Amino acid sequence: MTIKHIEEYRDPDTSRKIIDRIQNISKSKIRIMEVCGTHTMSIFRSGIRALLPNTISLLSGPGCPVCVTAQNEIDAFIELSRVDDVIIATFGDILRVPGTQSTLQKEKGYGGDIRVVYSTFDALDIARRNPGKRIVFLGVGFETTAPTIAASIISANEMGLDNFFVFSAHKLVPPALEALLETDNVRIDGFILPGHVSVIIGTKAYTPLFEKYKIPGAVAGFEPIDILQAVSLLIEQIESGHPRLENAYIRAVTFDGNKKAQKIMHDVFETVDINWRGMGTIPKSGLKIRKGYAAFDAQREFDILVPYSKDPKGCACGEILTGMKIPPECILYKKICTPMDPVGPCMVSSEGTCAAYYRYHS
Amino acid sequence: MKTNKILLDHGSGGKISHSLITDIMLPIFDNPILSQLNDGAIFDVEGKRLAFSTDTYVVDPIFFPGGNIGDLAINGTVNDIAMCGATPLYLSVGLVIEEGFSLDDLEEILKSMSIAAEKACVKVVTGDTKVVPTGVADKIFINTSGIGLIPESVDIASHKARPGDKIILSGSIGDHGITVLTQREGMTFDSSVISDSAPLNHMVNGMLCVCNEIHVLRDPTRGGVGTALNEIANKSNAGIRIYEEKIPVKDEVAGICELLGFDPLYIANEGKLLAFVDPDRAGDVLAAVKDDEFGKDACIIGEVISEHPRKVFMQTRIGGTRIVDMLTGEQLPRIC
Repeated sequence: MTIKHIEEYRDPDTSRKIIDRIQNISKSKIRIMEVCGTHTMSIFRSGIRALLPNTISLLSGPGCPVCVTAQNEIDAFIELSRVDDVIIATFGDILRVPGTQSTLQKEKGYGGDIRVVYSTFDALDIARRNPGKRIVFLGVGFETTAPTIAASIISANEMGLDNFFVFSAHKLVPPALEALLETDNVRIDGFILPGHVSVIIGTKAYTPLFEKYKIPGAVAGFEPIDILQAVSLLIEQIESGHPRLENAYIRAVTFDGNKKAQKIMHDVFETVDINWRGMGTIPKSGLKIRKGYAAFDAQREFDILVPYSKDPKGCACGEILTGMKIPPECILYKKICTPMDPVGPCMVSSEGTCAAYYRYHS
Repeated sequence: MKTNKILLDHGSGGKISHSLITDIMLPIFDNPILSQLNDGAIFDVEGKRLAFSTDTYVVDPIFFPGGNIGDLAINGTVNDIAMCGATPLYLSVGLVIEEGFSLDDLEEILKSMSIAAEKACVKVVTGDTKVVPTGVADKIFINTSGIGLIPESVDIASHKARPGDKIILSGSIGDHGITVLTQREGMTFDSSVISDSAPLNHMVNGMLCVCNEIHVLRDPTRGGVGTALNEIANKSNAGIRIYEEKIPVKDEVAGICELLGFDPLYIANEGKLLAFVDPDRAGDVLAAVKDDEFGKDACIIGEVISEHPRKVFMQTRIGGTRIVDMLTGEQLPRIC
């Protein structure tokens, strides 16, 4: 496997040209939100912030799946890991997220059977090899991960597995953007839209939103030049007063998106109102397993209650995820909350805004 | 949220490992030799300066492209001694074997240990074997300790980096960590990257022949180049600046890191070294590194600066700057 094409999207000369252009056309003070946590990390890792004129503020958005997972969901994951015959299968970065009383990582240290997998199909294998156990896959993620998890449920059904379950905490990006635009005190002049999510849902998924709110938007890839290009397009739109939805990631994103993935997702899941950390309940922004596949629904199989669940005191993750605060404005940041001893999820995830500030911001 | 249990992060080589060492272990065993916290202990015995080091290998899987747990255990300790500027001489080997382990596999591991020792010109002179019941250990764990002699004029330690020093890296980063990762259960990458496991003592010998004023040597194993540079910046109370475009990363390693959300700066290496050298001598030392069979892709990746003590900065390809922090715990694959 070779990914050589990356180089051209990191080329110093090309980036210099785009930065010069940005310097020339940027006049008014603007706030651009990069919705996706992978963009946040890429921006910090490539040092883009320092190269932009001070007219431009980049805000991180609610596009870090671990960060927006509600506290009661994290607590439910932890409770599930304590059930005797349960093996938890999960992607890695949720392990360290603090619940109200513990973390999955600590439960692992205390003897919980918690396994990090790289694909949902690995979780199916675990189920097949452990017929006496119940395997719960933690379905955390956006439209990017939901189709593969849906596909694993379809496969489990075809294989006749009766010990594989998914706890669906999936969330959808477009409804969250609408909720942001409807929130008081949130001032966003343009969106850098997520690349991976858009590969699945296509730019058409954003069309109603952008027609309604007339806000500048650009779908972007994750290399420095992708991001700079998107910033440049957004400034042009803002300065010219012609907001629209543009695709700056045409090598991967189409208007229609991946129809096959959309169909699988639709076959297995239906939309549901769901609670986002820091944003409250957003209508039709979550995915629930449909009745036809209810046998694989962990929330139906297990009666997990977490009445003790509460958000960590003083943690500003919610305001940070909505662009209302930046991490240094949180009273816990760097004092009580560090990657060594995180209070909120934004300090934990490799995509988290607080973790990015902590690691890369001088 | 503190814990009263050992977590995997305590063994990651990052900040959490460091706090285990400095908060719990150092106060218990406190002595001036240990507290230097170099790759090996450096001390005098009857007028001779010796380097002494130990390491335990629990790699999973035990066989991987480019090596196995056996040659890794030899090379690892040889390198720890070499990073003190010493010529490694004698090693001990301790084996903890799980009941039911294949004798053929054991023989293969021992033979590759023997070949690795021969290649590094060290002798295994003492050993120990324990067998534990099934499930008490995972297949086989190996401890190696070793001793080496430091030439009189050599004075290498991780606190000796000075402003102006050039930083030499002996080749591409992340090869070992990514190789092992891609061989683990559940990973389905069809990858041709192989571990860089190799002895570095001959390379160090060649470097010391052209210049005995190397200030710091370090093999960036667990925690990778990012963690090693932070440790050196901290101990030397100096700032470090590196250049992203200078750091060699194989396309495959970069690609797998992209997919998993990993930063190659924090991925383990088992056959690479970092050398901090006076700027006037850096060219000669670099040439000596390149002369070695394991240093063909060596280059200068940055320098020590007097500003920003104890911080590591990286100038990115596109001309930005960012901090390279020490890793907290193990890197975990991201969700999207």
